[in-house]
Amino acid sequence: MMNAVAKLSRTTLSWIDARFPLTKLWNEHAAKYYAPKNFNFWYFFGSLALLVLVLQILTGIWLTMNYKPSAEQAFASVEYIMRDVEWGWLIRYIHAVGASAFFVIVYLHMFRGLMYGSYKTPRELLWITGMFIYLTLMAEAFTGYLLPWGQMSYWGAQVITSLFGVIPFVGDSLALWIRGDYVISDVTLNRFFAFHVIALPLILLILAVVHVMALHEVGSNNPDGIEIKATKNANGVPLDGIPFHPYYTVKDLFGAAVFLIIFLAIVFFTPEFGGWFIEPDNFVPADPLQTPAHIKPLWYFTPFYAILRAVPHPLGGFLAMGAAVFLFFLLPWLDRSVVNSIRYRGWMYRVALFTFAVSFVALGYLGMQLPTPTSAFFARFFSVLYFAFFVFMPIYTRIDRTRPVPKRVVYK
Amino acid sequence: MNEKAVDVARRRFLTALTTLMCAVGVVFAAIPFIAFMKPSARAKAVGGPVEVDISKLKPRELMVEKWRGKPVWILRRSEETLAALPSLDDQLVDPESEEAQQPEYAKNEYRSIAPEYLVVIGLCTHLGCSPKLVPPGAGRDLGSHWPGGFVCPCHGSQFDLAGRVFKGWPAPANLVVPPYRYLDKTRLLIGEDRVII
Repeated sequence: MMNAVAKLSRTTLSWIDARFPLTKLWNEHAAKYYAPKNFNFWYFFGSLALLVLVLQILTGIWLTMNYKPSAEQAFASVEYIMRDVEWGWLIRYIHAVGASAFFVIVYLHMFRGLMYGSYKTPRELLWITGMFIYLTLMAEAFTGYLLPWGQMSYWGAQVITSLFGVIPFVGDSLALWIRGDYVISDVTLNRFFAFHVIALPLILLILAVVHVMALHEVGSNNPDGIEIKATKNANGVPLDGIPFHPYYTVKDLFGAAVFLIIFLAIVFFTPEFGGWFIEPDNFVPADPLQTPAHIKPLWYFTPFYAILRAVPHPLGGFLAMGAAVFLFFLLPWLDRSVVNSIRYRGWMYRVALFTFAVSFVALGYLGMQLPTPTSAFFARFFSVLYFAFFVFMPIYTRIDRTRPVPKRVVYK
Repeated sequence: MNEKAVDVARRRFLTALTTLMCAVGVVFAAIPFIAFMKPSARAKAVGGPVEVDISKLKPRELMVEKWRGKPVWILRRSEETLAALPSLDDQLVDPESEEAQQPEYAKNEYRSIAPEYLVVIGLCTHLGCSPKLVPPGAGRDLGSHWPGGFVCPCHGSQFDLAGRVFKGWPAPANLVVPPYRYLDKTRLLIGEDRVII
């Protein structure tokens, strides 16, 4: 009996393999994809990002079943989901908390790349596709935040779309074109809905596939920043590599379990997270004639918002904010170090990265505060440090005293 | 020429030409998609200019019109008010209206086309609350020197009778003057300053 089943599944598989590269794909991307054996904690966040993407798409599809993208009905339809739809509160809160979780994961994932030089040759395109994912994610978060049609949805969108107005000559027409109306209105809500549920998720999925393809072509970096492909056995298998499946599928499943415990604890017990994940003003319906006392974006945008406000000139602020994001794209070429990982870099890069991380967090905090002369001073101070990390990188990474890199990974 | 030989130059030319024509096609095909997102006829009609009859407006009287969902004030100012405006200059943030809060034709000492009629959007430049008109000596505790103007109920920002902001208040800029023009002596068109043919 068992033999017959085994035989049937073998013949079925070979029937499929003759028509579709199922075994080939499985081997290339899992069973015979060799990842460095020295992955640590920081290597959870790639697979967690994928998990959250799936969660967001799943809960998003379910939310659209009851959400109404019209200025008249949007706010009420969200409340309807929260109160009258069975388990609606759970699906909605998973989606709202998921947005913030996505950014937590992506920021940690990017920080991992900064620590271990994961953007350096030959992983430039891997890094750049990742940056495009990050940009798309920001657009996805921005368009999504308008949909509940609360006060902060409305005024946040009003402020951000007006930002385009500072671009010389075409700015006002561009802002008008994006909004499709003279103010944020039903028209804007409808098109943001279209972007949020169709255009951007589609781009996000395609980019995620491209990102993984680029990763599996060049192979994963690791905490030592060593090319494991440089040392292979007679069969061409990297000596420091282990098959992704089962070793890392199991590791990532464990990571997913720990993540879900934390994530669901927030979903169940503090889904607004003290106003960090859903702002109090957003429980008030959008009112074009009543401005909230303090308009601010959600936490994941506040570092850039702080940079925008730190520059006294409107166009200058807009450009500085754009540069703060764009400079990440140039990292592979700004970094002149001969080693990849922070483990073998000198004190200069360590200090620079630490300063950068502190500046990013400080700017994030300042971006949430009402502007005062003191906060403006600190915002400028940390903005300068933020940009210094990139601008002086070609210098300090070159003169930094690196330590010798071992031939094989250090397995702790 | 041998019939079987490939004419590479010709092939390259045809490929380039086809690519070019495709690119032109893509550009033209993109036009409807981009234009689709511009304000529709309905959005334009709702946000269109508003005609206002000011013939019944008495001196020192304020009327409020709605344009694009915002209150637009039309204030008929007296001779004394107009004469007193320059004396306030040193108390103001931007007495000369340097900041682009008004169209070019309203960048003058009265911040209006006809000095007598002030036209401004009645939303505070701090956080968008609607200030109130407070004439001189109106019983509010604004000091005996209060020359008359607008006071914001939210955070106290004060503006003079040309919509210029006083120093020391949270509002950073003068009230916004919308685009407008006179159709004749007593009819205003708010929201449009050029004759569009």
